[in-house]
Amino acid sequence: MDINTLRIVVTVLGFVCFLGICAWAYSRHAQAGFDEAARLPLSDDDLPASGRLEKEGKTNG
Amino acid sequence: MQSQATYNYKVVRQFAIMTVVWGIVGMLVGVIAAAQLVWPELNVHEFLHFGRLRPLHTNAVIFAFGGCALFATSYYIVQRTCHTTLFAPALAGFTFWGWQLVIVLAAITLPLGYTSGKEYAELEWPIDILIAVVWVSYAIVFFGTIAKRKISHIYVANWFLGAFILTVALLHIVNSAAIPVSFSGMKSYSAYAGVQDAMIQWWYGHNAVGFFLTAGFLGMMYYFVPKQADRPVYSYRLSVVHFWALIFTYMWAGPHHLHYTALPDWTQSVGMVFSLILLAPSWGGMINGVMTLSGAWHKLRTDPILKFLITSLSFYGMSTFEGPMMSVKTVNALSHYTDWTVGHVHSGALGWVAMISIGSVYFLLPRLYGKSEMYSVKLINTHFWVATIGIVLYIASMWVAGVMQGLMWRATNPDGTLTYSFVESVKASYPFWTIRFVGGALFLAGMFIMFYNMVKTIAGEKAYNAPVVAPAAAHA
Repeated sequence: MDINTLRIVVTVLGFVCFLGICAWAYSRHAQAGFDEAARLPLSDDDLPASGRLEKEGKTNG
Repeated sequence: MQSQATYNYKVVRQFAIMTVVWGIVGMLVGVIAAAQLVWPELNVHEFLHFGRLRPLHTNAVIFAFGGCALFATSYYIVQRTCHTTLFAPALAGFTFWGWQLVIVLAAITLPLGYTSGKEYAELEWPIDILIAVVWVSYAIVFFGTIAKRKISHIYVANWFLGAFILTVALLHIVNSAAIPVSFSGMKSYSAYAGVQDAMIQWWYGHNAVGFFLTAGFLGMMYYFVPKQADRPVYSYRLSVVHFWALIFTYMWAGPHHLHYTALPDWTQSVGMVFSLILLAPSWGGMINGVMTLSGAWHKLRTDPILKFLITSLSFYGMSTFEGPMMSVKTVNALSHYTDWTVGHVHSGALGWVAMISIGSVYFLLPRLYGKSEMYSVKLINTHFWVATIGIVLYIASMWVAGVMQGLMWRATNPDGTLTYSFVESVKASYPFWTIRFVGGALFLAGMFIMFYNMVKTIAGEKAYNAPVVAPAAAHA
């Protein structure tokens, strides 16, 4: 096989793969998981215990 | 529920502190180099000549300052979002000392004149091998930690950080392939020849921008912006789509560094088209970060860390608009080899990379010492304004100088001879180089403020290692 045919195939496959990812990302099926994933860092309280008390007294951090 | 184990914060602390230290060193060298352009008599010795200090500056700010920021934040993010300690913590410790050794070796060999002559990959072969070893160790620690995560989903920040680590390994190893000819003389010749060598160099060079200076820092953005704003990412779906769009397109954009050279014309055009396409995924990230603040804009008024993070995204948006524009061949005919390029790079490097790193380190430092905030929030605000004014002076002066240089170089008389000699364009650039020096010095001054604030924050405090937190029930 001509090396250029292989290059064309790989490029087209890459593009099709990207379209597939877009279709999946915009599917209704993925939405619930995304909403939950977006909250991941927020549900993790990373302030030290002493700092947390200080912080609660303020309107926002 | 909390277990006894604590996160490995030690290596995060080490890298976070060195981020500030190397930031000062790298930017100081940059300010000296800028001063040498204005006052050439400052080129006092061959070791301290502009031609040797300039690569030292770029290596120090990208790999020492930016690199330490990426190590610190990635080790923090991957532990917190995977709810587990680092895989192979001893190896993580090795990445710290190994990386510092690389930086010190760079600071010694570059002024001595040892260079392979490849931009952003100047270090000679023995150091290249050390970099490869450290980087593979970094990948083992990072992906090992992902593998032992206590939560099924891999948060988007880790996707960006993972892509950055993998791609930089690939770029570094391929581009640094060389035939060593002397160990004591630290001399090697590239494994590639002619235009292939140039293309591989700029495939490396542009993806160093795309993956080291973009994907890595987007990973930082996707963690610290939501954390500091206390709001979830604007659109998680957009983050997935623009991640893959970036991954699929960045690799092709390198040829725009070689417009109007011996590189085949079609290759230049491919590079240009892919650079234009890149606007979309870049702005996807910018919009996603900025819009995370929607409904909470008031926080920008009171929170200087958020100011750093959001301003960095504005500069990211600006420079990723400017970049595709400059990759258009006709624009490039004017901009290439002028100070416009230098202005563009610094809009990205100071505005985007440095500001998001600074914001992230301000977020991290107190948490690494068991505190809730920095010694002085007011000084963070001062730092923000000093840095912002510095960047604006820097970029604006380089834009004006660059366009002026481009126009002077292409101006011709009716008989076809050049209107200006090169040295006339140099002479006309002096005022702008002076403004650039002032802008750079201001940005450096901001880093000194940060250093003072950091010392005051951690002085007398005990290092703090947070207990490992089990994931919330909903995510497990």
